[in-house]
Amino acid sequence: MSILVYIRNVNGKIKKQSLELTSYAQALSESLDLPIVGIVIGEIAEEELQALKLYGMKRVLRVNDAQYNKRVNRVYTKIIEQAVIETDAKYILFPDNNQGKAIAPRLSVRIKAGFVPHVMDLPHSYEPFMVYKRAFTGKALASVQVNTDRKILTPMLNSFGLRENPVDLTIEDFVPEIDEPQSRLNVVNKELEAGGVSLMDADIVVSGGRGLRSAENFSILEELANTLGAATACSRPVADDGWRPANEHVGQTGKIIAPNVYFAIGISGAIQHVAGVSGAKCIVAINTDGDAPIFDVADYGLVGDGLKIVPELNSLLKEVLADK
Amino acid sequence: MNFQFTEEQKMIQQAARDYAQRELIHDVIERDEKAIYPTEHIRNLSELGFLGMMVDPKYDGGGMDTVSYVLAMEEFSKVDSSIGVIVSVNNSLVCYGLEKYGTEDQKEKYLKPLARGEVTGAFLLSEPGAGSDATSQQTKAVDMGDHYLLNGVKNWITNGNTASTYLVIAQTHPDLGHRGINALIVDRHAEGVSIGPHENKMGMRSSDTHSVQFTDVKVPKENRIGEDGFGFKFAMKTLEGGRIGIASQALGLAAGAYELSCKYAKERKTFGKEIIKHQAIAFKLSDMATEIEAGRFLCLKAAWLKDQGLPYGIASAMAKQYCADMAMRVTTEAVQVHGGYGYVKEYHVERLMRDAKLTQIYEGTSEIQKIVISRAIQTGDI
Amino acid sequence: MRVLVCISNVPDTTTKIRFNAEATKFDDTGVQWVINPWDELALTRAVELKEDASSPVNEVVIVSVGLAVVEPTLRKGLAIGADKAVRIDLEPNDAYQTAVQLAEYIKNEEFGFIVCGIESGDYNDASVGGMLAEILDYTSVSSVSFVSFEGDKPIFQRDVADGKEQVEVTGTAVLIVQKGFARVPKIPNMRGIMTARSKPLEVIEASSCEPLVEFVSYKMPPQKGGVKMLNSAQELIDCLVNEAKII
Repeated sequence: MSILVYIRNVNGKIKKQSLELTSYAQALSESLDLPIVGIVIGEIAEEELQALKLYGMKRVLRVNDAQYNKRVNRVYTKIIEQAVIETDAKYILFPDNNQGKAIAPRLSVRIKAGFVPHVMDLPHSYEPFMVYKRAFTGKALASVQVNTDRKILTPMLNSFGLRENPVDLTIEDFVPEIDEPQSRLNVVNKELEAGGVSLMDADIVVSGGRGLRSAENFSILEELANTLGAATACSRPVADDGWRPANEHVGQTGKIIAPNVYFAIGISGAIQHVAGVSGAKCIVAINTDGDAPIFDVADYGLVGDGLKIVPELNSLLKEVLADK
Repeated sequence: MNFQFTEEQKMIQQAARDYAQRELIHDVIERDEKAIYPTEHIRNLSELGFLGMMVDPKYDGGGMDTVSYVLAMEEFSKVDSSIGVIVSVNNSLVCYGLEKYGTEDQKEKYLKPLARGEVTGAFLLSEPGAGSDATSQQTKAVDMGDHYLLNGVKNWITNGNTASTYLVIAQTHPDLGHRGINALIVDRHAEGVSIGPHENKMGMRSSDTHSVQFTDVKVPKENRIGEDGFGFKFAMKTLEGGRIGIASQALGLAAGAYELSCKYAKERKTFGKEIIKHQAIAFKLSDMATEIEAGRFLCLKAAWLKDQGLPYGIASAMAKQYCADMAMRVTTEAVQVHGGYGYVKEYHVERLMRDAKLTQIYEGTSEIQKIVISRAIQTGDI
Repeated sequence: MRVLVCISNVPDTTTKIRFNAEATKFDDTGVQWVINPWDELALTRAVELKEDASSPVNEVVIVSVGLAVVEPTLRKGLAIGADKAVRIDLEPNDAYQTAVQLAEYIKNEEFGFIVCGIESGDYNDASVGGMLAEILDYTSVSSVSFVSFEGDKPIFQRDVADGKEQVEVTGTAVLIVQKGFARVPKIPNMRGIMTARSKPLEVIEASSCEPLVEFVSYKMPPQKGGVKMLNSAQELIDCLVNEAKII
């Protein structure tokens, strides 16, 4: 039996979120006394995987095969299914991002395993198995009981931190048996865009509202995001007015995100907006109106005009980061 | 008794709310400040079907009831009562008047494009010397055999410049007094029609108000609505319905000011707590909420009577008078709740207060409504 | 081409969330139900495609798994422009049950593609689209922002980490969409509202299927510790670096 952790392969690299996910598995393992096994799909060097052993991972199944470099959800699901059987995994963990959301529901169907997305906490009961997940878009938590033998979870990113437990790691090459064509999905064209940070995966998000007064003024936000390696986002009116692309809209009807730090600049903090970022670990609010509701949910607040403060913040941050 | 709205009524309310909160809100302050007519919004609203929403679908209207109309008017006017008055004049004066009293030919030619919202209409009753007193029309429509010759000046005309179709009230037989008055459909582009300057109003500044002058305008006989001399009755009957529109507009103004005040009072802190927790403010909000609810019921009752085909003239007069006066009180209090912020344009309530004033004046002042109501009391009709 | 949009009936986004005294069930007293916002965007784009004469889409069907309480929401969908609504008569307990019911319906029908909003505003499972695709062995495409056609073949544009891709799919695709598929939901017009009542709303029986998980109880999220108000950008940086240690 095992706890199986899906290690996301980002062009031959692993990311901090995989270390976090392994740390979550480590916490489960302390209660369940099950070994943690990783599955990583696509070409990746052994050295790159070594970081995982710091967090209690003893075994990684590596599908080191170029034909799987491109993620095809259906195929990935089958590969992971075989890893589940190979390791008799009782708990299967995915990151709570687009990849996890694409693969975990499919796996749930294939192996008839109860799936809990947006997991907010460690299980509060193991017999029966119960865990809290986000519900009503952050306005509540739901305790979900999973009765199936195997269980699939996607813990929220940035919610659990890292939990060190250095162990020895064995990396095994795993050769899945896939009998059908790789993909029924054919990319006919691709337009590359300048390398912004993906909003769903971002550690830090810099977000602006109408308080920035015009589409052009968002350039100062982009500069700040650049300095921080952050993704940019916006409130609904900004997206609806076309100041920013619709896929940057964060909130109850846009994207639901849970970054480490969320900068809300010139955003008043309507309930629908707050619902979309309530999972953020730290919210920094900058607003001219000291009574704005965003300050009720913020960790740090600064009353003032974002147009003045953001450039100042940017130059100070550059100094700080240069020192580091 | 049943206080439930139908699914359709709820959908219309939501559609109007979505449009108002999503679209009207963005440029409402600028349009007020610069007195800009909302051309694009009116085009969008006509595509959604709001400009002729109560007209029978066989004349290209929306086929909705008056209750739905009240709900929509309230939602528009919460944000932008200039839109409210444009929608109201088109629906409850022009479209209603033509549909109820027009001939099939008139409906085909004039009602259909109005109901589709391709053109807007205006209702020309007020004169420099006669606002609420509709019996003494100075504008003359002289019977020339196959046509009328129209001369005179009309004042305070909503949609005066933008409308394509005018319904004009004019005197044909001065010796018969109000029984000599006719209602005529006049093309705004007819020869002899000239539009006065845009009125620089205190409120409802995004609606387009003008005086209109007629100099020897030839109006074909087939453009007369009803029998010879039906004009005064036509105007009075049509205005009964119009009052429901304006009452709902006033209701919306009040409700909009109240919603903004509640939001503000929950956010704004003084002496260490949100101002809604100060009884002085809490009681103001309580009064506002209660009065608005009362006004809403008056509007809905009048609309319901109209939908049932029952007499509604008194009910609509009560709704109009109460809601207009209530809107003035509520919007004034809303400014007070907002304190200094209430006095600047960014917070909307000062505009709502300026706009509210007009609802006490046009389409029958509050005093005229009281005449209507008190006459009914005297005659034992209520 | 027929397009299917899966609709979830959820409380309006302004709803104050309450539960029964035992905190085991959502208290829906006085709740205003709406089309799940992401599903509404999906429907908006589907209807736009139907109204665009150059696209082969000529019918939009909406489907929801739920009891009679979801019918007003389906009527709203018809008012927005769907041609037909289907209600599968079951109050589902989890995403899996929902997906199984949808699949049972879909496998006997023919659709050019199927659209699901990324998640529902109530139970936030973000699973139905993926599960549905797996049950039917269809291909799912996420973050779709645009649909165009080459003849009768749909080309889906999706947002990926480093840009946009145009993809074509062999067989039926399940699109999992979020904001960006449409920018704002379509407001139904009078004609739509009027004709919604006369459009078909078919109710079909649910098939039997056990849920995989159980929603046992609810609680409110923990209260925030309160905001620390600062006076300058410098102070903010000091806090982020030294106190919160997040930069």
